[in-house]
Amino acid sequence: MAAAGDVLRQILPEDGAAGELHVLAVGDSHVDRKVIERLLKISSCKVTVVESETRALQFLGLDGENCSIDFDSLKVNLIMTDYSMPGMTGYELLKKIKQESSLFREIPVVIMSSENILTRIASCLEEGAEDFLLKPVKLSDVKRLTDFMRDEGMKGEKICPKRRRSYDCTPSLSTAFSLISHQS
Amino acid sequence: MDVIQWQKQLLDHQAVMLREGFLDDQFIQLQKLQDDSSPDFVIEVMTMFFEDSENLLNNMKRALEQEPVDFRQVDAHVHQFKGSSASVGAGRIKNVCATFRDLCEAQKLEGCVTCLQQLQHEYSLLKSNLQPLFRLRQQIQAAGGSIPIMD
Repeated sequence: MAAAGDVLRQILPEDGAAGELHVLAVGDSHVDRKVIERLLKISSCKVTVVESETRALQFLGLDGENCSIDFDSLKVNLIMTDYSMPGMTGYELLKKIKQESSLFREIPVVIMSSENILTRIASCLEEGAEDFLLKPVKLSDVKRLTDFMRDEGMKGEKICPKRRRSYDCTPSLSTAFSLISHQS
Repeated sequence: MDVIQWQKQLLDHQAVMLREGFLDDQFIQLQKLQDDSSPDFVIEVMTMFFEDSENLLNNMKRALEQEPVDFRQVDAHVHQFKGSSASVGAGRIKNVCATFRDLCEAQKLEGCVTCLQQLQHEYSLLKSNLQPLFRLRQQIQAAGGSIPIMD
């Protein structure tokens, strides 16, 4: 029981202004990194942007060099990653994080992709992705995501693993919205 | 009053570029991301886009000159270009990239070479059409005016 409470306290930001989310954004395109960084800053988030999954794992302390996971290592509240990248893909990063037997597994991971491939979306959600955004990502997408995360944090409910998994069984409402808004 | 004229010119020029497909709605979205804390955001992103584009076009050219051509390599560059052009609202470029990807998949060398030429052409058209837009934006800002945003 104490552990779940600790998880909640760590999912809330550890520093910065109240309600400030720290987002880790991963992508191999300069332009996309600049745009996503701006979208997140406008949405009042603290942002760290990295160019590859390897760098993301290094930042999180999951690159095998640092095996001792403690609460101080949990630096981010949300990870947003491109799907297609040279080397390790966003999907592979998602799997790596969800396989962690630690607090890292609780970090929501959002996949971004320019390709609207239903099987891809389904496998990401199955693997535990919080949401799947079609690129180009809009301000409304980011605001919806960050508002949702802030609401979750403020509810004060215990976000324990079992609960989370039951949300993941069906595609989230937010994904349905993002699919609909991209029909043209 | 100069600022008012410049603002009108800016909106007109942008409207033409939108109508002709050089730019799409994403470019309008980008403008909403510019504010006092990031006053040169649009120009910064577009400058980055120009740099990336020039690299990618070069890479495509070199990849198409290899013998034999590695179409997956060509496609990888086109995919990147398609992504970044979509991110900045470069509509025509994005569309040509889509066709280019199909040609890569079908491994049609001649078609790919033609597509690359088309891309280079579209890129230089976009770049030269954006210059007056950037100039007007900078003039308006320097005069203390606000950049009008289209809905």
